[in-house]
Amino acid sequence: MSAPPVVVIQETSKIYQQGEINVIALDRVSLTIRGGEFLSLMGPSGSGKSTLLHIVAGVDRPTSGECCVRGIDLKRLNESELADWRNQNVGFVFQAFNLIPVLTAYENVELPLLLTRLRGKARRTQVNTALELVGLADRRNHLPRQLSGGQEQRVAIARALVTDPPLMVADEPTGNLDSQSAHDVLTILQALSRSAGKTVILVTHDPKAAAFGTRTVHLEKGQLLN
Amino acid sequence: MALPLRYNLRNVIVRWRATIATILGVALVVAVYILVQSLAVGLEKSSRNTGDSRNVMIVRKGSTAESSSQITREQFQLLQYWPQIARDGRGQPIVSADVVVMVTLPRRESTAEAHVLIRGITPAGMKLRPQVSLVAGRWFVPGRREVVVSQRLAARIANFDVGAQFKTGSHTLTVVGWLDGARSAFDSEVWMDANEARSIYHRDNYSSILARVVNETAGAALASRIESDKRLPLRALPEVQYYSAQTMTAMPIRILGNFLATAMSIGAVFAAMNTLYASVGARTREIGTLRVLGYRRRSILSSFLVEGALLALVGGILGCILSLPMHGYSTGTISFESFSEVIFEFSLTPWLMAKGLIFAVAVGLVGSLLPALRAARLPPIVALNSV
Ligand SMILES: Nc1ncnc2c1ncn2[C@@H]1O[C@H](COP(=O)(O)OP(=O)(O)O)[C@@H](O)[C@H]1O
Ligand SMILES: [Mg+2]
Repeated sequence: MSAPPVVVIQETSKIYQQGEINVIALDRVSLTIRGGEFLSLMGPSGSGKSTLLHIVAGVDRPTSGECCVRGIDLKRLNESELADWRNQNVGFVFQAFNLIPVLTAYENVELPLLLTRLRGKARRTQVNTALELVGLADRRNHLPRQLSGGQEQRVAIARALVTDPPLMVADEPTGNLDSQSAHDVLTILQALSRSAGKTVILVTHDPKAAAFGTRTVHLEKGQLLN
Repeated sequence: MALPLRYNLRNVIVRWRATIATILGVALVVAVYILVQSLAVGLEKSSRNTGDSRNVMIVRKGSTAESSSQITREQFQLLQYWPQIARDGRGQPIVSADVVVMVTLPRRESTAEAHVLIRGITPAGMKLRPQVSLVAGRWFVPGRREVVVSQRLAARIANFDVGAQFKTGSHTLTVVGWLDGARSAFDSEVWMDANEARSIYHRDNYSSILARVVNETAGAALASRIESDKRLPLRALPEVQYYSAQTMTAMPIRILGNFLATAMSIGAVFAAMNTLYASVGARTREIGTLRVLGYRRRSILSSFLVEGALLALVGGILGCILSLPMHGYSTGTISFESFSEVIFEFSLTPWLMAKGLIFAVAVGLVGSLLPALRAARLPPIVALNSV
């Protein structure tokens, strides 16, 4: 445990107001994740896994508590700054892939790069490298509907890693996939953490998927176990 | 940083039904706008096309139209030999005292009647209006009850074919030829011999005097001499200027055009708004995904505004194309100066088209503003909620 902490969560809570009652999605969670770690986040449905992931990825804000990623307190960023921060720091992999249906695989992967200074040949090279990394260079001109689920998710991973972000988060990325595709996707995530040194957070309720990680933590009713 | 345009293009293509409906709506509005405005432009053009820069028109002070002007023989005799007026080879002043009469005649294709302007004109008057030419038949012979009518007017008034006869009052006139006014105000006139016109309509006075002046300075001198002569309650002004001021008729058309376009554009704005709201609704998760990837609210906002403007621009171009065949199409209306039938044509200028396109884009932008704001306000979390 010599690597510096990448994610530091302290006493983080998230409470949803539902009419009269308050739903406590996260209850004073504290967690530190180090660089290069592949953390598997497990727990039953409704235990707050996604909520925690969204807060770490800067997609949602906690009701109280701290969330620092690479030394930056996300509370201090406004909407635009947070958008820029997500672009530069987080690769997000969705359970439902979330590719833009009217754009080709190449164009989908290129999307986050359009927000960077990268232009022309350098940008093309980077998109192609990302597609090669997930083994889909030959499908670059396919639309999402022309791809299988597993291929779609690999395109989504290419899109998440194309900006070379230090943090990759995946919310049940294998939930909609067959076991072979799921294995492929998890292998790619594992390789990213092992050889590219990325910090990976994987939300899953499948113990076999969780086994790809270097550490597993369990959530239950918004609280971290042990 | 903006989203690529092809993203918008493909989205509008995917939603082609709504896209076509919106485009057609905008096209209709733009076509109506352009067509009505082209009528006003055509009318003004016909006025501006009329006259010779070497001529001066003299009418009674306070008369805006020749038909309401009167000039006595004494007044005419007083000024016709003034040195400011040019002379021909035989030393005769090049000047014509015309009489303009309004008659009521049946229309060609309905039982309704139209007021038609008959100009009793002298040989000098015809020489002073070189843009008028004979296109069928022959010119009238002085002393005979013959007329030459505008070819364009003949398309709208009964018994105006060459060889036909029509009654006015107790007299019967024979059409012996057709004239063409080269898209000027003369396209709305019937010409006959001046003395004959004065005799059958019992006119002692003239309506107007048209004179060739030696040069521009002489024209100005003539005007100021008439102005300062107490015996002449008249006004002289360049013929070109007289006609270009005859734009009163175009005004209500312009107002009508603007009113119609405004009313219809409200409909088009709502159509565009509806299309884009539906699009935002269908693309909620997509918008959230873009936000997760790092796109700012501003990018989402401008992307939807661009999409609305793009749709409307295509509609605008289509509207221009739809209205284009009407260019040059001859039509008529009632003059607000003389209440006579005036013939002119739809005139679609590039500037009018440009205005139509700007108008279309404005409709698109207004229509997409609220949906675009809704899209921009979506939080990134919607990328994950609605699966
Ligand atoms: N937008 C929301 N409004 C109200 N309650 C919510 C909302 N999002 C999540 N929750 C609640 O928060 C709890 C945690 O949800 P979530 O983090 O999605 O759980 P998990 O991903 O572990 O299944 C659940 O009880 C869920 O119903
Ligand atoms: Mg979840």
